[in-house]
Amino acid sequence: MTITIASGKGGTGKTTVSSNLTYYLSEMGKNVVLADLDVEEPNSSLFIKADKVNTKIAYTMKPVWVEDNCKLCGKCAEVCNFNAILALPKGILTFPELCHSCYACSELCPTDSLPMKPSKIGEITEYKTEKFSFVEGRLDLGQEMAVPLIAQTMEYVNEKFPEAIKLWDSPPGTSCPVIEASKNSDFVVLITESTPFGLNDLTLAVETMKVLGKKYGVIINRYGIGDNSVEEYCQKENIPIITKIKNDKEVAKLYSKGELIYPKIEHFKNSLDEIVEFIEGLK
Amino acid sequence: MKEIVVISGKGGTGKTSISASFAYLEASNAVIADCDVDAANMHLLLDADFSHREDFFSGEVAVIDEDICTNCGECYDVCRFDAITKTDEFHKVNPINCEGCWYCSRVCSHGAITMKTQKAGDLFISNIKNGGIMAHAKLGFAAENSGKLVAKVKQTARAKATQENKDYVITDGSPGIGCPVISSLSGANLVVLVTEATISGLHDLERVYKLVKTFKTPAVCIINKYDLNLDMSDKIEQFLKSENVEVIAKLSYDETFAKALAQAKTIIEFDENSEISKTIKESWNKIKSVVDTDK
Repeated sequence: MTITIASGKGGTGKTTVSSNLTYYLSEMGKNVVLADLDVEEPNSSLFIKADKVNTKIAYTMKPVWVEDNCKLCGKCAEVCNFNAILALPKGILTFPELCHSCYACSELCPTDSLPMKPSKIGEITEYKTEKFSFVEGRLDLGQEMAVPLIAQTMEYVNEKFPEAIKLWDSPPGTSCPVIEASKNSDFVVLITESTPFGLNDLTLAVETMKVLGKKYGVIINRYGIGDNSVEEYCQKENIPIITKIKNDKEVAKLYSKGELIYPKIEHFKNSLDEIVEFIEGLK
Repeated sequence: MKEIVVISGKGGTGKTSISASFAYLEASNAVIADCDVDAANMHLLLDADFSHREDFFSGEVAVIDEDICTNCGECYDVCRFDAITKTDEFHKVNPINCEGCWYCSRVCSHGAITMKTQKAGDLFISNIKNGGIMAHAKLGFAAENSGKLVAKVKQTARAKATQENKDYVITDGSPGIGCPVISSLSGANLVVLVTEATISGLHDLERVYKLVKTFKTPAVCIINKYDLNLDMSDKIEQFLKSENVEVIAKLSYDETFAKALAQAKTIIEFDENSEISKTIKESWNKIKSVVDTDK
């Protein structure tokens, strides 16, 4: 089973819930693996004390111009739909940051002058604690496209841990990175807070999940801080509320230090129980 | 005209509440740009009227004509994005996976594939509270190209500022370090980093600041929730000092952010005389003095 933990709005508690939930499930004896797919700003590793066991360099394939047989016909630039190739009178210029790795330039070149070569975009790191494994995707600075790294991180986990319950800690938002992290999951947990921002961004996330045809439920975090609009919305739309996590400055304090929450805060642990019960019910 | 971009790396640090307060304070002399297009919500605090709307087209998606398709599989063989699936009679495109690269349509020897331009979202220009103007957008559900939409919002805000003779563009950026943020940062005169005194606040600040440095744009920082973890707040200050980034304000952990939000008010409107409002006003004056002296 694969569960994506997502949110429209950032800072609503995705990492707090996913890291605590992973520890909690593993203590219950479950075979669970966590993947940090927020590759632009991955920070699950700040909350998980674990040993590094493997690092894999992540690449995407980009065309590299080889002068030898090139007749400067310009076909490559003509077929590139992303303006990533410029055919000049005396040579071919490529712009890797604009390239989407579609291979059209390379494979349609009559002289094979643009072979695809691997280009580093980030790293995939596997960590191990006593009871579970954790995998992080981390995008190199200056790289614009998160999606290929998210895909490769998921692939790494799926190959290595086929039997485990997989938790995907998703990036925020509603666009391509979130879609990538959700499209192959069995269930998507949307974490929000009960404020107008939380509601606005939740409705955007829900619409996205509808387009993807996903099953989803909601966790209301910092419950009690704003208004009741999120609860009313979920009731109206028949969206299951998995749990409500009480607003509590002590939770924020533990989080600020990178500490686990549930061993110290009873109501948070109760919320984790509700999440586990909900997940069990999905099977 | 000077453009100030507010970014945070990490989400939920108070970036939008703070930039909306700046927008409220400077409404008569600024155009606001909400560049967090994939979860745009600043309009809620600024009472945007959505008075002008236009379609935003970006990206294309392949469409296979079932009547022409011979089910030969040429398209399937070249697609690198798993966007083409086989059925018994013809091939089919999964639009969510399609990258719009045109490769399939170029190789189809039957001419069965056309590329259709997609509507990626809506662009708005709104009148807002205090007589201000705001450019904002809504990305289509499950749409791509948010970086391009960010560029469009910025471009619209700048054009509006020039046209209306405003001195500032205040941009609310998006989280992360990828394409929408890179788009948000381009051409800015000053970056305001909003972080929080947590372990992830520091981590994400360090990463996003490295990105800011590649743009060579001057930056200042606001540390929110500094008293949540004084030790972490010190570490953030040390990091910023080593990078020569001035801390222009430290805000305490304060539920005013959520309370004001629940009433759809900026922090300034919620209680103009509170400590937090005073600090935000001072920050804004400081920001103006920094960009105004910068040539």
